[in-house]
Formats: sequence, structure tokens, C-alpha cells
Amino acid sequence: MSHLPFDLLLLSIAAPLALALAIGLGLPKRWSVRLGYVAFAIPALMALHAWWYFAAAPKDHGYAFLTRYSTGLDGLGISLHLGLNGISLPLFVLAALVGFAAGLYALQSGAERLKIYVMLLLIMQGGLMGVFASVDVFFLYFFHELALIPTFIMVGIWGGRDRTYAAMKLTIYLTLGAMISLLGLIALYAKSGHHTFDLIALRDFLTHDPLRETLQHNIAGLLLVGLGVLVSLWPLHTWAPLGYGAAPSSAAMLHAGVLKKFGLYTLIQVALPLLPVGLAHWSTWLAWLAVIGNVLVVGLITIAQRDLKQMLGYSSVMHMGYAFLGIATMSVLGVGGVVLLMVAHGLSIALLFLLATSVYHRTHTFAMDEMGGLAQKTPVLAAFFVAGTLASIGLPGFANFWGELTIFIALWKFSPLITALAVAGVIISAIYGLRSAARIFFGPATEQFAKVAAQNPPADLRWSEKLPALVLLAALFFVGFWPKSITTALNAELAPAKAPAAASTSTPQP
Amino acid sequence: MTLELARLAAADNTWGTIIPELMLGCLALALLGLEIVFPKKLHAHIPDFALAGLVGALVGLLINFESASLGLTTFNGLLRHSHAGQVMRGFFLLAAILVCLLARVSLAKQKMPRIEFYHLVLVITAAMMLLAQSNHFVLLFVALETVTIGFYILVSYHRTSAASLEAGLKYLVMGALSSGLLLFGIVLLYGVAGNPALPGHTPDAMHFGALAAFLTANPHQFLASVGIVLVLAGVAFKIGAFPFQIWIPDVYQGAPTPVTAFLAVGSKAAGFAVLLTLANTVFAAYAWLVTPVLTLMAAATIVFGNLAALTQHNVKRLIGLSGVSHAGFLLLGVVAARTIAMAQGAVYFYLFAYLLASFAVFGVMTHLAGADDSDQELDHYAGLAKENPFLATVLAVGLGSLAGIPPLAGFMGKLFVFIAAFQAGARWLLVIAAAGVVISIYYYFGWIKAAFFETWTPPADAASTRPARTPVNAVTGIALGALAFASIVLGFYQGPLGQWLTMK
Repeated sequence: MSHLPFDLLLLSIAAPLALALAIGLGLPKRWSVRLGYVAFAIPALMALHAWWYFAAAPKDHGYAFLTRYSTGLDGLGISLHLGLNGISLPLFVLAALVGFAAGLYALQSGAERLKIYVMLLLIMQGGLMGVFASVDVFFLYFFHELALIPTFIMVGIWGGRDRTYAAMKLTIYLTLGAMISLLGLIALYAKSGHHTFDLIALRDFLTHDPLRETLQHNIAGLLLVGLGVLVSLWPLHTWAPLGYGAAPSSAAMLHAGVLKKFGLYTLIQVALPLLPVGLAHWSTWLAWLAVIGNVLVVGLITIAQRDLKQMLGYSSVMHMGYAFLGIATMSVLGVGGVVLLMVAHGLSIALLFLLATSVYHRTHTFAMDEMGGLAQKTPVLAAFFVAGTLASIGLPGFANFWGELTIFIALWKFSPLITALAVAGVIISAIYGLRSAARIFFGPATEQFAKVAAQNPPADLRWSEKLPALVLLAALFFVGFWPKSITTALNAELAPAKAPAAASTSTPQP
Repeated sequence: MTLELARLAAADNTWGTIIPELMLGCLALALLGLEIVFPKKLHAHIPDFALAGLVGALVGLLINFESASLGLTTFNGLLRHSHAGQVMRGFFLLAAILVCLLARVSLAKQKMPRIEFYHLVLVITAAMMLLAQSNHFVLLFVALETVTIGFYILVSYHRTSAASLEAGLKYLVMGALSSGLLLFGIVLLYGVAGNPALPGHTPDAMHFGALAAFLTANPHQFLASVGIVLVLAGVAFKIGAFPFQIWIPDVYQGAPTPVTAFLAVGSKAAGFAVLLTLANTVFAAYAWLVTPVLTLMAAATIVFGNLAALTQHNVKRLIGLSGVSHAGFLLLGVVAARTIAMAQGAVYFYLFAYLLASFAVFGVMTHLAGADDSDQELDHYAGLAKENPFLATVLAVGLGSLAGIPPLAGFMGKLFVFIAAFQAGARWLLVIAAAGVVISIYYYFGWIKAAFFETWTPPADAASTRPARTPVNAVTGIALGALAFASIVLGFYQGPLGQWLTMK
């Protein structure tokens, strides 16, 4: 528990959901929007508080702020068990910040049927806070699905080009991934022999009495495929660019920025400590798929994109490759790097999706061939966009740099060849990143853009766009200059957790 | 001697234990009487009596839920009162209440006598309640036939509609066939168990307990296994399991929407209540036969239901075929229930979630249907979200729950059944079920898409071809809202229901 008189984790989950329910029951629009600011701000404040107070908070098994609520399924070993450890804390803060930025942006966007839009976004936000605050594996999955459902509807109603097709494809792919990972989780639940979904209890049981080797292989395989679909592991990634290309900006920000990290997070929190042998069995496969597929193939495809949003979608698929590489190393350094990268990538991709929509409002197109010279008219937007691009390339000073650097260092021990290929990916991302910035903002204006600009002269970033962007950019810089703000707690969590896992790697039970 | 026997039997008759069923029976007769006595202009209020009676019975049942008769067998072994029986009684009463509510909306669109409809619903409900508590093949058959005969009439209730009559005829033929199979199976079992040459033979082989004892004594009797398979086939007709699901699309489409709902929920649940008793207690000694048969049936049912539903455009056929796949998921739970204690609770939870979700969807369908009840196409749902956001939301929640999307009750039902099946070791079945869930997303989502996402339609065309939508009245609105709300709440918080489920 914290020293606050209430449970800050439950509050940050319940506040957005409660408002969503109230809107669903017919809250008037004016109040929906006003209270919307509050409902998006509460998780952000709570998360910052949790981050500030975490080091001093009393901990049990590395988890702070532990609380447990019964939902009537204690007999099955399911209960709403909330808490934060060194791994979930940075992601919890990430979810809160990106949600806050996306919420701010959405509330001022004046979208059609704004009330329902805000309601769905609030459900997403509540679900996301729940994902990273859950200690119970069942609720981890449950909250992920809760956050996922609104995405489908948002793409279908407010989406751009091909929205119906994109929504359908997104739904089927992600349901498939979710079902496969659910089977894996059920297998873990039943085979652990203790019939509990509680992560702390499972860790206790399985470090002393690991699962059989073949069983670990099978369950880890199920989880990798299922979660791989959710995190867009090549070649199961095709939903991602299409979906992000069609998704409305706030939904894309939250999904690409935060929700997609669920798969990686589950691998780190659940698979790594509970199924070390199983994960090690697949790690070489995973690393090659990630480096050839996600980093190189998708990277090259990204270069060829002409549509700004599609390009961002592909680039996020590519960066997930680095995250998989870090997990494949299964070392403290590599996994720590993945968590750093997840935070950094979440912030930067959300920033870029936000700015892409701002660009669209000024150019009336996402086609980069039809833009050019926007920097003269909107210097602030250009500055933000270039900063976001540089962050996503991984320039020092931004959070992404530390994530990629640590992953590469850890990867060198794993396989120098793969490291070399992965580093080549940085050049690829520099090419598409800088080229897109150049095409949109610099050089002479194209004919089409000149025509659009003549009709409605593009204004620079408004405060409604600047504020959310500033929140994200500030966080990127903050982590970039002071990575210790995340890594202290992270190391404390990963280092001891790895030790027994490493021991059990050598002596699996027959 | 006979008189003495009859007296002994009569002494065992504890009428107090079946007061809810008696109430419904009397009420059903009283409705017909009221129609004669009441002046014509008051006839519109007669259905209110049926509703009030059902609600009264439900409240009474809930108050006396932990009644003293639990665990007893009454009426000379015909009935056995159990917790599960109490739950199913409540289930059928709730279903009947919702059917009556939908019928008020639906029948208003037809020129039909109304009172008989409620009369039949009450009789069927009472029979289903007895069926769920039956402990004897004679009662089981009589109750099942009462249900089926009632449905023959209800399915063809729109007697001026060719589709409804066709559905009634199909249901009659198929129902008679299934009753025949069931009866043949019962007779075989009775004959074998009465054979004095076999160990453990019994003169009262219709009685579940005596039959179970005989089957335990003869675990590999050929005639008995034929009888068991036939009985299972007869029940499979009722739940719509493969390969006995062929009647479902046509009958569901032709029947009036409230009847379709009653068939889909009530009749199916009754079948599962019987199946749980038969498969895991009476036929427990024949698990070597029952488990593979049900496993195969479950796999085929899931695959067939989902694939067949993919191509449907008529929503009644669609929900019928999706109901087939739900029967498959439920069979998963039945298969697991032999070895896993929580599986039985999982099946009941699934049924309950299925009731909430199905009636939400059927409620919306009732409001969208026109005078021709069988003509309900997916295209008719275009623009529903704009025109009537309430109905659209109820529809989305109902379909989402049927599809098993968290955080709705349907997901928890599927999860429980899946966990039970995994623990029972039915891995491959689970893989098929998971694939089925993914396929089902396509058609459920297609339906939601039709209601929510805007698609371009020729402006003149859209309004002319689709029937006018009925405005939602207050009572039905509250009921539909409550169904949707319950589906959401049960997904988040199972509370006492969850405790009851995991207790056993």
C-alpha cells in the first residue's frame, strides 16, 4: 500500500472505466468532455506518484502497492491482484502518459460522435492501466482484451481508407493471437499443478519445481506464436501497417504506443521467469525471425512506403524486431534494454502518429509525394516531427538510444552476426526517417500541396496539438538524459529474478 | 396388493416440492379461462397475468432456493431435487419471462389469437423444469414430449405464413424421429437391464439409480451400449449437436422470433441439463463409450456450426447456426464434467451467459422484424447505431458476449469451459474450439459491422426494402438494458455465482 488513503492502482483503472460507463448511460456531452480531462489526468497523476514513491514503498516479492480484491473466483485461483514491480512500473507510467496525451488530443479534436469516441478511448485507457498493474495473469489477459476491443470499433467507425477491411483484418488477426496465447496461459495454469493465475505464487512454485522440458517448449511455443501475432512478429505482422494506417490518431497512439507492448511485457513477466527452458529453446529461431523479418525485410518495405501513416505502421513493426532480439538474448542487460526500448518506442511512435495527423490537417493527404516545404509555414510542427524522427532512429539524448544500445551490447554475446545485421537496421531506419522528414517539410512545395495551401493556408501547431506532443517529447528527453530513473528499479527486479531462472536452466526437472 | 402399492407411492408424493410447476400449470389453464370470462377489450391484459405469475414463481423459487427437499427423491423416485435442479428451474423461469416480454412486442405485429401462446409457454416451462429434475426415464420422456409438442404448435404459430408452417412440419418430423430414437434407446436399456440372466438385473430399470447400478455391473454389454448411443442421439437432437442439427436453420428461420429464442435457449438448456445427468451419472460406467462419442460430436458440432454460419445473410439462420457451435462448446464442458468437478458449474455458467446474451440479441431482432417474421436480413441492420443507439448497444453487447469477447459474461463462460476441458485432457478438442472462436468472430463481427459501420446504400432503396423498426417500450427497454448490463457485470464480477461455481 502507498501512504495515500486509497488504492492508487485501482483508482487509475476505475476512473476512466467509470466515466466510460457514465457516458454510456447518457452523460451529456459537455460534462463528458469536462470530466474526460479529469479521467485522463487521474491515471497520469497516480502513475507519476507511484513512480516517485516506488523506491521508498514497502515491497513484497519486488511488488509495491499490492492489493487484492475478490471477484468471486478465488476457488479457481483468480483474483484481482494489483501491484507494480520494476518491470511494470515504467510501462504503467508510459501507459498513463501516452493515454493522457491521446486523451488530451482526442478531447479537443472535435471528432464526429465525440462522446462515443471518448468513451471508447476511456475504456482503452482503463484497460491499459489494468494490464500493467495486474499481478494476476488472468487479469493481465483480461485487461488487454478490454483495451483491444475499442480499437476494432474505432478503426471501423472513425478510420480512414479501407476502414471496414482493416477493422475486420485487425479483429481476426488479433483474436487469433489472443486465443493462442490464452491456450498457452491455460496450459501454464493447469500444468503448474497449483491452479492459480497469481504471478507471485506461480513464480514461487515454478522456481522451486520447474515444468518438464517438453512442456516448457510447447507452452513457450504457444505463447510466442500467440503473442507474436499481437506484437507483429514477422511474418504475422500484416495487420499492423494496415490497421495503423486506417486507425484514428488517438487509437493508433494508444495501440502502437502502449497496447502492443502487452505481448512483450507478458513474455518478460510471465514466460521469462516461469518458462526459461522453453524460451531458450526457441530463442535462436526468434532472433533470426526478428532480425531477418522484422528488422531487415520490414525495414526495407518501410523505405518503400509513400503513405505517411503506413510508413509509421511499418516502422513500428520494425522496431518490435529489436525488442524481440532483446528478449531472445534472455540476459539482464538485453531484457532491461527491451523495457527501456518499449518505453521509448511507445513515446516516440505515439508522438509521430499524433504529428502525422497534424500534418494531414494541413496537407489534406497522407501521401508523402504530394507534400513538401511545410517547414516554412509550420516551423514548430517541423521541429517536433524531426525530434520525433530522430528519437525513433535512436539518436543519443533520446530514450530510444539507451534501449537500442543495451540490446545491441547484450546481443553481441548472443551472436555477433545477428548483431551486425541488427545494427544495419539502424541505417535503414535513418534512411526512411530522414527521407520522410525531408519530403514533408523541406524542399520545394509540390504542385498539389501548393494548391491545398493556397485554399487553406496551413497554420502552425495549435496548443491542443502542442500540449500532448510536449508531454511525450519531454518524457523522451527525460528518460534519454536520465535513464537511471527507470533502470534502478528495473535492475533490482531483473537481476535476482534471473539468478534462480539461470540455475534452473541448467537443471530442469525430468 | 396393487392398491397397497399405490398407497405407498402416494405417501411418497410430496406435492410441496413441485409448487412452482403446479403454479405454472394452473396459471396456464387459468389464462384460457380468463379469455372466456374477460370482456374482449380487457384481453390485452391477460398476458400480464402470465408475466406476473412467472415473476412470482421466480421470486418464490429464489426465496426458497435452499429448500428442505434438496437431495431428496420424491414421487416414488420420479424426481430428484438438487442444487443444479434449482438453478435450472430458475433458468427456465427467467427464459420464459423474457420470451413473454418478446412475444408482447412480436405478436402485436400479427393478426393472431394471443392467449394460447402464453398458455403454451407456461406449459412448456413447467415441463422443462420437471425435466431438469427428472430421475426416471418415464418422467424424462413425458416431460420431454410435453416440451416438444408444445414447440410443434409454437413453431407454426404464424399459421398464415408458409415459412412458419414449413418450419412446424419440419420440426414435427424431426422431433418425432428424435423421440423415436430416444424411446428406442430407453426400451433397449430397459429390456437389457431387466434380463434375469445378467448380474445386477433390476425390475425398475427406468429408474436412473437402478439403471446406473446395472450398468456398473455390466460395463461392456453390447445392447446396453446401443441403447446408450440412441438415447444420446435423441438428446443431441434437442441440443442441436452434429449430425442432428439439420433441422435448426429452417426451423429457427420460420418460427416466430420469441419461439426461436425459446428454442435456442430453453430447449437447448433442457437438453444439456438432461445430458449432464445422463452422461456423467447414469452412464458413468460407460465412459469408454460416452466420452469418445461426445468428444467427436463436440468437435464436429463446433466445426460445422461455425463454418455454416459464415455464409448466412438471414440473421435467424445465422443465430441458429451459431447456436449449434455454442452447443459444441457446451459439449466440451459436458465431456470434461466426468472427471473435473468444476466443469458442471462451468456448463451452467456458460448457459446462463448464453441466456443473457441470446435474449439481448433476440430482443433487438424482435424490434427490427416486420410483419413477415422470417424475413430478417443482415442488411436490415444498416444504420441502426445512428437511428437507435440503445438497441445497437444492446445488440453489440449481446453479440460480443456470444462471441466470447472479454470483459463480457460469454468470455468467462468460454474460459471456464476451456479450463475444465484442458484439465480433463481434451487438448485437441480445445484447439478446435479455439479455432472455432476465431471463425465465429468473423460472422458476429460482420453483424456488428452491419449495425455500426456506415456503408453506402442507395438512398431510396434502403428505406423501402427493410421493414419498419418498432419503437422500444419501457418494460422491454428496461429488460433489454438489464440483460446487457448483466452481461457486462458478470464479465467483471462473478461474485456469489462464481463461488457457487467453484465450490463443487
